[in-house]
Amino acid sequence: MKAKASDHSAHILPLRIYLGVGFALFILTGITVMISFVDLGGWNVTVALAVASIKAALVVLFFMHLLYDNKIYLTIFLTAIGFLAILIIFTMFDTMERGRLYPEKAKPIKPGAAIYEREDSLSSRSVDTTKTDH
Amino acid sequence: MSESHTHPAHLAHHFSDVEQQRESAKFGMWVFLLTEVLLFGGLFMAYAIYRAWNPDMFYNAHKALNIYMGTANTFVLIASSVTMALSIRSMQLDKRKQTIGFLIATLALACIFLVIKYFEYSHKFHVGQLPGKYYSYTGIKGTNPHIFFGIYFGMTGLHGLHVLAGMSAIVWVLIKTVKKKFSAEYYTPVEMVGLYWHLVDLIWIFLFPLLYLIG
Repeated sequence: MKAKASDHSAHILPLRIYLGVGFALFILTGITVMISFVDLGGWNVTVALAVASIKAALVVLFFMHLLYDNKIYLTIFLTAIGFLAILIIFTMFDTMERGRLYPEKAKPIKPGAAIYEREDSLSSRSVDTTKTDH
Repeated sequence: MSESHTHPAHLAHHFSDVEQQRESAKFGMWVFLLTEVLLFGGLFMAYAIYRAWNPDMFYNAHKALNIYMGTANTFVLIASSVTMALSIRSMQLDKRKQTIGFLIATLALACIFLVIKYFEYSHKFHVGQLPGKYYSYTGIKGTNPHIFFGIYFGMTGLHGLHVLAGMSAIVWVLIKTVKKKFSAEYYTPVEMVGLYWHLVDLIWIFLFPLLYLIG
């Protein structure tokens, strides 16, 4: 059991790592708040998510010990992120490009609504599908 | 108990040694955290779709959120993550009283987070910045601003429930720490609660810029 106890003590990180990471997270929070007041056009969301990803990496690698632990846990975490990326990227292909392939003829159920009247959209879609089928 | 000299009291009989027990617990915890990421992932997906369809409305509506309270809550939650990590480190060093102190500090910071959240929520309830048909505010330009508040309350509400669940888990390990159930050899429950608490922080790290810092 003595060997086990010394194994455990090998996992203990020095205090300065926790305080340093906490300080870095504070600084990055300040940076992301300040950048949000600058108009970067479409880049604002990219920068905000990039800073958030750096902060998330710090939390996961140091506070959650993934940098030091058995890499099976890192694999599980990256699997979650990977499947989340598949969900979001492939759904956004549809969301952003909808109406480009087939012209949208249906009208919204009310002005500005994201839901369209059923009959029109169904008939226009079935006609277009037969045209593009090879 | 005849084998107590080879089997520590905290080692369950179906594990071959302490290390295997610890690694199994951690494996199970990470699989659970995977499901948590996917649970919130669905809401992030909804956010992405509605923001893609209503970019201007999202920009106008996000100005109704209080950026100072959001920033303060980010600092509070990061500080609570630091104290949580330090409570585990103290247990590794067998400093039980330090662990108790850091766990209480984590709980106190979590309470501050919820109090700030309460002020934000009560203001929005008061002025009618609410989801769906309960939306009665008139000061936001753009179509369907109630969608933004549906997403805001859905995401921060589920996150708030996770904060409450994390606080309950912290109270549980705090009581067990006070009762001297943990030592430098065995502190797995504290470590698992720590992982959960860091995940709650992790989700807020993404919620904060996406809701409060649009453009």
